[in-house]
Amino acid sequence: MKPAPVDYTAPDSLAEALALLAEHGFDGKLLAGGQSLVPLLNFRLAQPGVLIDLNRVRDLDYVRETAEGGVSIGAMTRQRTLETDPLLVERAPLMNQAAPLIAHPQIRNRGTVGGSLAHADPAAELPVVAVALEARFRLQSHAGERWVDARDFYVGLMTTELAAEEALVEVELPPLPPRTGCAFVELARRHGDYATSGVAAIVTLDEAGVCSAAKLVYLSAGDTPMTAAEAAQSLVGSELSSESIRAAAAYATTAEIEPTADIHASAEYKRHLAGVLTERALLAAKARALGGAG
Amino acid sequence: MIQRQRVSVTVNGRAYEREVEPRLLLSDFLRHELDLTGTHVGCEHGVCGACTILLDGEPIRSCLMLAVQADGLELTTVEGLTEDPEKLHPLQQAFWEAHGLQCGFCTAGILMTILPFLKKNPTPSEDEIRLALSGNLCRCTGYQHIVDAVKLAADYLGEESS
Repeated sequence: MKPAPVDYTAPDSLAEALALLAEHGFDGKLLAGGQSLVPLLNFRLAQPGVLIDLNRVRDLDYVRETAEGGVSIGAMTRQRTLETDPLLVERAPLMNQAAPLIAHPQIRNRGTVGGSLAHADPAAELPVVAVALEARFRLQSHAGERWVDARDFYVGLMTTELAAEEALVEVELPPLPPRTGCAFVELARRHGDYATSGVAAIVTLDEAGVCSAAKLVYLSAGDTPMTAAEAAQSLVGSELSSESIRAAAAYATTAEIEPTADIHASAEYKRHLAGVLTERALLAAKARALGGAG
Repeated sequence: MIQRQRVSVTVNGRAYEREVEPRLLLSDFLRHELDLTGTHVGCEHGVCGACTILLDGEPIRSCLMLAVQADGLELTTVEGLTEDPEKLHPLQQAFWEAHGLQCGFCTAGILMTILPFLKKNPTPSEDEIRLALSGNLCRCTGYQHIVDAVKLAADYLGEESS
């Protein structure tokens, strides 16, 4: 339960960190909040040669408005910030609905946005939020940068588009259309534990109250954040009646997600639970869309 | 051979400097290098909360940080609650009076979780207390007396500040 010998360096600029990452390749590992990486080191499931600590890189900790009216979030922003940041409350409420569900305050005080997104745990909240909000990630290396959509970033179980010499440095959230409501609902055996099931729902209504866009993304439902695109599409054109919501939930949880059994629950139970949570999330998102506040 | 690295850290208002291996966890640094054994080590993967300390006044898991990462930072451990070993901090007094512990293994982590919690929320409801305690495991008490102790501590700290 102690880390294997490892070297450590704490550069104070991103350029320096990326140069070190390029130099060490797969033997180098970026250390952000450490709330997932340090347990892996303690268990010796990860044994990098050198840790490149990003905690001294100050200019990766921010929440800003973008020119399009969306929000950009620096990778080293602590998860605790997501709970209360006024810009996120206004522009991306799904983010601060989900944030208090991430582990405990002790974890969120250290854990970072970029760290959780890059760790790509399919049971984690933030990757689901990012996919649901159609976020884009800025991946930077010593050689340059590229943008990747969140939905393309997650390629398999804890596996992402990130190359060995790249760092996820920024998350950009597009603005939400008017009359859009969001809800993040999950069930965990104890607050802060990994959720048995959870879903992010986003709905947009037109002026007549008819659904013009919908999104459903699940955690603990497969190897990556799982999007139920067809179920969400079935809601478009409806007034989000109880019947249409129930039908969409049933379709999403039987045909579009792939939960697997674990010690807490069978796959069948998780599908049932996901259906119940989907109905709750869609009803809450609809109420918020009607109420005007996301 | 991996070089040891210098760590300068302030713990409970006192400055310390040591040379340590980069892999040394902050929890082990506090206990074995600084002899501050009040911080307990339970699961060592961030689940049990026994090693909770304050970093710049906010609670964190000391088993999920390396000692070298604490260079230049200010920490508070359970030893920092009171200067006079004969006089308990109101939080400790409340835990004693309300039987908020049995074996005491989890207690240091719980105190360091509750101290900043009561600062932010001086008159918490029972639900809020239980939520605040959700990141700290106790295998003895069933939590009931811990919840009572937190309520009593809120009263004591409220009286103190009024």
